Amino acid sequence: MSTGWPPASMAAISLLQVILVMLGGPLLLGLMRKVRCRMEGRVGPPIRQPLLDLRKLARRERTRPEHTSWVFPLAPVVLVATTLVVAAIAPLLATDPAFGWSADLFAVVFLFLLGSVSLALGALDTGTAFGGMGASRAMTIGALAEPALLVAILALSVPAHSSNLPTIITRSLAHPAWLATPQRVLALVAFVIVIIAESGRLPVDNPMTHLELTMIHEALVLEYAGPDLALVKLAESMRLVVLFTLLADLFLPWGIATSPGPSHLAVALVATAGKVAVLGTAVAAFEVTVAKLRLFRVPELLAGAFVLAILAVLSALVVP
Amino acid sequence: MPLSGFSLALDRFGALFVVITAVVGICAMVFRLGYAGHGLASRTASCILPLFVTTLLLVPAASNVTTFLFLWELMAITSLFLVLTDHGHRSEVQVAGQWYAVMTQLGAAALILGLVLLATRAGSQSFAVIALRSAHMPEWVRSTAFVLAVVGFGSKAGAVPLHVWLPRAHPEAPGPVSALMSAAMVNLGVYGIVRVGMGLLGGGPAWWWLLVMFLGAVSAMFGSLHSATSRDLKRLLAYSTTDNVGLMLLGVGASGLFASTGHRTLAIVALVAALLHVVFHAVFKGSLFLSASSVQQATGSTDLDELGGLLQRMPVSGPIFLVGGLAIAALPPFCGFVSEWLLLQSMLHGLPSSNVTIAVAMPVGVGVLALTGGLTAFTFAKAIGIGLLGLPRTERADRAGEVRCSMWTGAGLLAALCLVFGVAPSLVIPAVVDSAGTVMRLHPTGALTHGWQIGLPGVPGMLAPGLLALGLIVCTGLVALTRRLVQHSPVRLTEAWGCGRELQTARMEYTATSFGEPLTRVFEDVLNPSRDIDASHVAESRYYTEAAVIHTSLEDAFERHLYRPADRGLQRWGAVARRVPNGSVHRYLAFGLVALIIVLVVLA
Repeated sequence: MSTGWPPASMAAISLLQVILVMLGGPLLLGLMRKVRCRMEGRVGPPIRQPLLDLRKLARRERTRPEHTSWVFPLAPVVLVATTLVVAAIAPLLATDPAFGWSADLFAVVFLFLLGSVSLALGALDTGTAFGGMGASRAMTIGALAEPALLVAILALSVPAHSSNLPTIITRSLAHPAWLATPQRVLALVAFVIVIIAESGRLPVDNPMTHLELTMIHEALVLEYAGPDLALVKLAESMRLVVLFTLLADLFLPWGIATSPGPSHLAVALVATAGKVAVLGTAVAAFEVTVAKLRLFRVPELLAGAFVLAILAVLSALVVP
Repeated sequence: MPLSGFSLALDRFGALFVVITAVVGICAMVFRLGYAGHGLASRTASCILPLFVTTLLLVPAASNVTTFLFLWELMAITSLFLVLTDHGHRSEVQVAGQWYAVMTQLGAAALILGLVLLATRAGSQSFAVIALRSAHMPEWVRSTAFVLAVVGFGSKAGAVPLHVWLPRAHPEAPGPVSALMSAAMVNLGVYGIVRVGMGLLGGGPAWWWLLVMFLGAVSAMFGSLHSATSRDLKRLLAYSTTDNVGLMLLGVGASGLFASTGHRTLAIVALVAALLHVVFHAVFKGSLFLSASSVQQATGSTDLDELGGLLQRMPVSGPIFLVGGLAIAALPPFCGFVSEWLLLQSMLHGLPSSNVTIAVAMPVGVGVLALTGGLTAFTFAKAIGIGLLGLPRTERADRAGEVRCSMWTGAGLLAALCLVFGVAPSLVIPAVVDSAGTVMRLHPTGALTHGWQIGLPGVPGMLAPGLLALGLIVCTGLVALTRRLVQHSPVRLTEAWGCGRELQTARMEYTATSFGEPLTRVFEDVLNPSRDIDASHVAESRYYTEAAVIHTSLEDAFERHLYRPADRGLQRWGAVARRVPNGSVHRYLAFGLVALIIVLVVLA
């Protein structure tokens, strides 16, 4: 499937998306931190601080715990690679990046899962209690989030008759009435819960904690240092910005470039950045007001998301 | 003439299964050259193994009822002998053999009843004639035959609740035998359900296929949950076979449901997805079972809590297991991803139909698929991470070395296929489409493959597995290169952080049990784990514990609540029945008299 855009511009859009995601991820994290600090009455570090942190980490020495195999250094690389592939093919700025016809929502989910599994294997490779604990918890939450995620995707794919991302977005642009249907709203809520769980934000995981008993993601990456840690941090921020952008594009698609001109892209860039910034601010504000859930309460949250997703599919059949 | 009724004919559907068995068989035999465990070197086993493989190859070619049942029984008996090869050394083997014998014979009894019912009604035992005449049979005959076939074939496929023999027989059987059973024999259960339901009976009412879907969904969830919490590597693989058979049955059921409501294209797509999963499952499960046997040979154990650090000690077998594990977890760029994607697509496109049954069945199917997908990723992160990575947990695991070349060649061939089929599934999809079309007697309306891409006919958007693989490889290379460029000093080996303790030992590591603990807690109501704490106190005070031991165990719910009570009932009944023939001739004469009177009354 191709909309007849010139291949060179499609490739340029993909490259632009990758660069913007790499820059935008750390900036989004910086923004969310800033919002949090302001709401707590502190000044907070500048928004570009995560970028500076990455530069600092990249210059440091690489370390590797003894006893580890080749899996440990490979894991962060694979994690970044999966996110880069998604950033290149998914319709983040324009509806038709290079190979957009292959940007299937299910494929995106499985690519992210590959990243999560490789990071879990990297953590288990250290042979420490923290690595095992983080891997076990992260994989448990990942496994339980999967049903809600895939059924929510199903709810979005049913009206578009396709799970292809550009198709879903262009068809929702053509039928704006779809966006206000109950199934969209239910699927949206399920999506938001799953995204929060998958990206390790509050109330599922606290990205700022280093308390042994509560950490999930930080326990996974405890042994990484220097450039490896920079890769992990880059990947997690990129994943966050990709997920937020997809969320914005799926549920509020206006502004995305539907034709390849630079002016369209500029509009799309502003619109997408605005939507993601609003989403980030909202999530950060929400995080200030909640406490972390106990680990064994998280499944209940995810089960709730699953029920919402099932209801979304069923209501899609009742209210076509 | 003893062989006068023997008749073989191979169509494209049967041929698919013959090819799968042949590939798995070749790899298992290559593996067997270097394998010396479990008494497989004995003369009996050496005789029976080729016979078993031959029956596996011939069953899909059987073209009448007698031939089929004869070969089926031969397959059951030869595989039973092979499961029992090591019975002299371990008592578990005998128990496993008993379970397997009982389950497989129960299944065979159901099969004989079902197929003979069809043959007598059709007036011929030839499959071709039955297929022609089955449409005119009364509904109850067709339904009875189908349900009996589902029971019979389901027991061979390891579908819940007939799966209980799998987690017992697989760990005890020699490596190549469990690979053959799990990657080739179990497929024949799926073959049988499709052959009878779609081939001989030509499809049926929606409830048949809902039954198949239900069995598939329960098997998939139960199997994946148990494999996620198992700590024995082979038991874990056996439960994951139940899980994968469940996914195949989900596809077969969806296909039959679509066919019964007139969605012909979707019916083909769903069946292709199911059969593709059969092919891919054979490939990855074969490589997993074979490399698990390599691990067993190298370390003497399959208990994950006694392994660890094997990736460095077994530089070939380790990566083979890793590839198989990633493939079964449906991660790109390996093959399991493609069949799961196709299964998801067929369910997605079935949804807009106006049929209420489909509308309810498909979202539930997707939910089941997603949960099992997530649990499988969990399971194999555990199997790889605890078994192959980290520190070795025992002395033997520490001393483990790479196995002989023929062993890793056999497993490695299958692992290579995982990658090849994952990157270029279009190599096999046309053959699978042909095979599905043959058994359903439908001609596919559009191609599923477009060059290297796969996509559904008339639906925008495709999957490009080759492209994803290429993208992943290029990006991985670029990122690794960048890291190399910014790095200014060699990597420093450090000690892992352990909150200030002196030495890193394997006792600090997570075990398979602790890795699965959160999940066991989440699914406590389903799994019902038992937990026993023995604490002894010091003499002076009850508040100080001297030693504490915790025993946890997880028993199969079906075994506990279905088979054990049934077993006890049978034993009791046997004890009662044994009192009747007490050896007295007078009593036997009385029995004869009573029987004669009854016969006369009935005849009168």
